[in-house]
Amino acid sequence: MSEERELASALVAEIERTAAGINRPARIMEVCGTHTVELRRQGIHSLLPRGITLVSGPGCPVCVTPAGYVDNALMLAESGRAVIASFGDMLKVPGSSGRSLTSLSAGGRAKLVYSPTELIEIARKAGAPVVFLAVGFETTIPTVISVLQDARNRGIDNLYLYTAFKTVPPALRFLLANPEHGIDGFLLPGHVSVVIGADAYGFLEGPGGRPGVITGFEALDMLLGILLVLRQVRKGTHRVENAYPRAVRPGGNPLARGMMESMLEPRDETWRGLGVIPGAALGLRPALADRDAAKVFSLPPAADAEAPGCICARVVAGMAAPPQCPLFGTRCTPDDPVGPCMVSSEGTCAAYFRYGDGK
Amino acid sequence: MKEGALIRLEHGSGGALSRDLVESVIHPFFRSESYPELSDASPVEAGSDFLMTTDGYVVDPPFFPGGDIGGLSVWGTCNDLAVCGAKPICVSLALVLEEGFAVADLKKVLQSAAAAAREADTRIVTGDTKVVPRGRGGGIFVTTAGLGRRVFSGVLSPSRIREGDSVIISAPLGAHGLTVLAARESLPVAGTLRSDMAFLYPPVSLLFPLEESLRFLRDATRGGIAAVLNEAAHGAAWGIRIAEAEIPVSEEVRTVADLLGLNPLEIANEGVFVAVVDAQAETAALQALRGHPLGRTARCVGHVSLENPGTVLMTTRIGGTRRVDFPRGLLLPRIC
Repeated sequence: MSEERELASALVAEIERTAAGINRPARIMEVCGTHTVELRRQGIHSLLPRGITLVSGPGCPVCVTPAGYVDNALMLAESGRAVIASFGDMLKVPGSSGRSLTSLSAGGRAKLVYSPTELIEIARKAGAPVVFLAVGFETTIPTVISVLQDARNRGIDNLYLYTAFKTVPPALRFLLANPEHGIDGFLLPGHVSVVIGADAYGFLEGPGGRPGVITGFEALDMLLGILLVLRQVRKGTHRVENAYPRAVRPGGNPLARGMMESMLEPRDETWRGLGVIPGAALGLRPALADRDAAKVFSLPPAADAEAPGCICARVVAGMAAPPQCPLFGTRCTPDDPVGPCMVSSEGTCAAYFRYGDGK
Repeated sequence: MKEGALIRLEHGSGGALSRDLVESVIHPFFRSESYPELSDASPVEAGSDFLMTTDGYVVDPPFFPGGDIGGLSVWGTCNDLAVCGAKPICVSLALVLEEGFAVADLKKVLQSAAAAAREADTRIVTGDTKVVPRGRGGGIFVTTAGLGRRVFSGVLSPSRIREGDSVIISAPLGAHGLTVLAARESLPVAGTLRSDMAFLYPPVSLLFPLEESLRFLRDATRGGIAAVLNEAAHGAAWGIRIAEAEIPVSEEVRTVADLLGLNPLEIANEGVFVAVVDAQAETAALQALRGHPLGRTARCVGHVSLENPGTVLMTTRIGGTRRVDFPRGLLLPRIC
């Protein structure tokens, strides 16, 4: 047996002992989409004792972006007012009409990028306004906004960001304030925490808080995170623990945080499935209004809308599991997705579909 | 398929959509009682000992570390015959060339095809050449057909697989697909990666003496092992459970695949095959394969079980369980 497997077995045994000491079922939310995928890819679900449930949270950026955002992007591209550039997953998300931006890529009106650094070249060649679909959490935000500085330095003036940036802490506060969630503790996102730092979750330790453990992405990291959450549940504490200290510092990455602070401001915008969460979105500050696609092109606020039968809204809120959806695996598959949770490689439905539920 | 459906690149990836295209659109036109199954090669008429196969090659770029489209097309065709129990006799070679393709490059491709044919003890006996205008082709496309004579007298088919059978993988996974991708995208990660392109009849034929105990053979090209195992298990009363710790993957492939977010189980190979054998014959099969350079690292990676009919499960490195699905999405286009 490999060393990794021996350590995993020891952690699982300790998780079982701890769970037995809790004497009731426990629900742990993995906030981050990468955790959602990795937990299933590594088969961790299948190793947990009965009564311990992992619930996927709102940490897949594509999944929490409302359909109205896609509608606005489609409108911009189809009216010829701008060329849309985006990471792959977002291009495939159907808008409220059921159409996605993929259909426009053949005509060059929607462009797939792998890295924001490609945007400079695309804007230079486009001869038209280029709007990047700036979707993401703190993990990717600094890289994306740094492109604006790069563009300005190179004299590129036709590149705009259509921001749907989301920030994790206010979303967690929102979940805590909603008693329906029934969550006993959080696996906190490792990559996001590299940027924002462990101290950003201090509110979890206050009244009505829950245990939170910053967790890495290797199998042993995730088993350790689960164990530490359960130990707190057993003791009845709610502290923030950093189980990913090799990457996460208390204050995060000051350079990245400083850049976000200087260029972005909190906004009240719609999250798919959760509605408007105060301050949980980030948009460009007024000084950068001339780069803000929503302002320059007078885009209406992105409204939430679900395809008939799709329960993505409940899935991202941790209120439902994918197999409860009547479309799951039949009408909605990764090859022909209906909702964003099946489109995104980090989506909960896609992870369930690919890797199963451990049985 | 839906009304108004269009062909997508994903239809050529060797995954779920490729299967759907063949099953629901193509096969219905040609299905007959003599050929009820989708096989890599089939008898030229019912009961014949002569088998025929055909294959198209669109690999981009046509030259890559470890090989090129010429040798690939000849061996790929021979391999399809081999895994159906037949020794290649002859191959046809049709070229679709794009205006502007260098004659010197064409000669290199042809030289490689001729050398591959010699090594496979087969001959290229006929061919065709077409040229399409600049911008309307992919440099060079190759289409082959292969004729072979049945050597293995038994039936090789998923329908012969039984509970408890052993699943063997002949060689480490993922080298071909990653090599072509790295060459196409000029990825600096290429290192010493080389395509595993090989003529598989010699190692495959070492299993023929197993007779009835040899159930099923398939070369793991597009869609990789994930596609081969899922296709075999699709609709069956049994399933397959493999162990991640047993899957042969080189350190280099694992690292590069990790970096690119690719799963070695889904990456195309050109020198790897899957054999399903009676568990009683597992040791003999491994011994036979390991006597050949192309099967030196052959391993049993799992078994056929009744716990998961129609699907493939994997015991992960930490002892958990997860499903191994048909490859989905774009994967790597134009890899062979």
